[in-house]
Amino acid sequence: MDTPLIEFKDVTKRFGPRTVLERVNLQIYEGQVTTIIGLSGSGKSVLLKHIIGLLKPDEGTILFKGKPLPTMKKNEKAASLARISYMFQDNALFDSMTVYENIALPLRETTNLKKAEIDRRVTARIGQSELSDAAHKYPSELSGGMQKRAALARALVTDPQIVLFDEPTSGQDPVRKNAILSMIAQYQRKFGFTAILVSHEIPDVYFISNRILALYDRAIVFQGTPEELENFDHPFKDEVIHSLEGLQEELTGLYSKRQFKVLYHVQLKQKTLRETYSVVVFTLEEMDAIITILGHEAAQEAIRSMGVYIDKHFGAIGGFSTRRHTNQFVTLLPYSDLAEAESMLKDFIDDFREHGIRGIWAGARKRAAAEVCVEFAVLAGIAQGQPIVEIDAVIDSAKHQQKEIARLRCDVRG
Amino acid sequence: MALKADSQSLSKGKARRQLVTVLTGPFAAIGRAAISWTSNLGASAVFLFLAILKILRPKQIPKIIQQVYYIGAKSTMIIMLVGLFTGMVMGLQSYRALVKVGAEGALGTLVALSLVRELGPVLTAIMIAARAGSAITAEIGIQRISEQIDALETMRIDPLRYLISPRITASIISFPLLTALFDLIGIIGGYISGVLLLGANAGTYLHRVQASMEMKDVTDGFIKAIVFAVIVSTVCCYQGYFAHMRTDSHGAKAVGLSTTSAVVLSCVLILVADYVVTSLLI
Repeated sequence: MDTPLIEFKDVTKRFGPRTVLERVNLQIYEGQVTTIIGLSGSGKSVLLKHIIGLLKPDEGTILFKGKPLPTMKKNEKAASLARISYMFQDNALFDSMTVYENIALPLRETTNLKKAEIDRRVTARIGQSELSDAAHKYPSELSGGMQKRAALARALVTDPQIVLFDEPTSGQDPVRKNAILSMIAQYQRKFGFTAILVSHEIPDVYFISNRILALYDRAIVFQGTPEELENFDHPFKDEVIHSLEGLQEELTGLYSKRQFKVLYHVQLKQKTLRETYSVVVFTLEEMDAIITILGHEAAQEAIRSMGVYIDKHFGAIGGFSTRRHTNQFVTLLPYSDLAEAESMLKDFIDDFREHGIRGIWAGARKRAAAEVCVEFAVLAGIAQGQPIVEIDAVIDSAKHQQKEIARLRCDVRG
Repeated sequence: MALKADSQSLSKGKARRQLVTVLTGPFAAIGRAAISWTSNLGASAVFLFLAILKILRPKQIPKIIQQVYYIGAKSTMIIMLVGLFTGMVMGLQSYRALVKVGAEGALGTLVALSLVRELGPVLTAIMIAARAGSAITAEIGIQRISEQIDALETMRIDPLRYLISPRITASIISFPLLTALFDLIGIIGGYISGVLLLGANAGTYLHRVQASMEMKDVTDGFIKAIVFAVIVSTVCCYQGYFAHMRTDSHGAKAVGLSTTSAVVLSCVLILVADYVVTSLLI
């Protein structure tokens, strides 16, 4: 693997007699979304503040692109740290300044850009953050979600190469929480920065993270992908992951991926090797268009509505579902062979075309930033599995079978 | 028996230690307070020095003008009001005293010199400490506890340059101007009570005001105003900037206590500095 962008080597931090970080070792790679998870008060924010230079380690070294920060020349160190932006847990917006002034502040104070150029950049960020109507309002006049967006816009206005997010979704409802995560993921793809998040929003944060770092008992006990974390055997998993992750996903009400697997294994034990089950994979297409035109909250509301609809339909006939990726759902029909499952899916499609897709649109429109229509489609694919076949292979097979089952057309939406 | 003797000797030792603690306790407390005062004084001096170094950095002028407006222009009314009534009280009291010794002609001299040399700079500084100084501490303190100052650091904006230097500079500009205003309005106040209300001679009052004052009186008053400006702005900014370091409280309460400390300390230091500067200038 490449040289880590940021590396901690045996970093220890104490506050008086209390040791918060003890011999922490971690690597963060360029261009990825890395999430640090851990219980409240476990030192996640302290770790983040070491990266930005607000705190200094008592022992150990922090390396930036392989070079220890303490050995860097003052200018080199300042240049390295200047590439980092930080979004605070409580936003830290200047309450005596308007949203516009808050976002313009780093450009006004740290660059020699002309007023017109600053205005152009700030206005663009305000537009991208769906804050155009709130540009001249003070932070106290905004909702929690809008304040988060303003803080995010301020963090991104200088086009940083690394952005640190300290609990970016704290205090938000499930739709807004996922909207903020979706916004971070979208901006990260668009601008290519390295994102480092501190969060305990499990499993929501898995959908956008390339790597997970687990902070437990003052040290990093796991570094790897969200998929690798599933197979990680450590007390951290029982004490932290299982306590933070509910049985059901907050946004959609569907089972969490872990609970889905637990239910699958329970069903598996009751089956003989030749018995079959079916898997249906649904995908909500054109998410980017929904986000761009209607906004992140509308997109999350559409995902929520779709999850609820799938659960309502298949839950009633013994199926159980989970959200596999941001816009992808998996339903397992444990007692059905392919023919039965196809028949059930046909009923679902008829009903979905009649009511479901309009329900999704109605949900999205409730939270839409603009009164415009967006065409989108829903795909579905079905596959049959047996206990001897890995569920992931069956899901992949169903995914490959996907075809369009419904499309919202703007001229006939009613 | 041996056990009993041990226990007696232990309790005697404990009692002796308690006695020593009671006797030395006040000295230890005084020592701790002295160390704390000295270290705070040193830290404030470094704080002031660093803030002054950053006054001449780019993009400071608009911020200084803005602070001159908040600290100076917005204090004008209260300074005029206090100046007017201070002058009127001086006119009233001095006239009654001077009449008794037949020296009512010296009213203008007494009012003008008292105001320009002493009362003008001191009362102006105290009024600004109460009005603008408390606001400075509260504003910076809230910015500190709500991580706004940390946010500045993460944006590579030096908080001392952005928040502190403009306030100290604006105070140094505003205090002498407001002192001059106070002096002028105070002399008018003395005229209103002494001449218009009590019947002293108008020509004598104005002549004495003009004749008794030298340029040194005015410059000494301005020197005092500048010294007070540095004291008030440094104390108020320092208390707000380090509100989160208080050991006696946290959060909003820490900001409240820092604001109180800033005003009280500013007022005490103004009076102490007044004596020191006066003794140096005389």
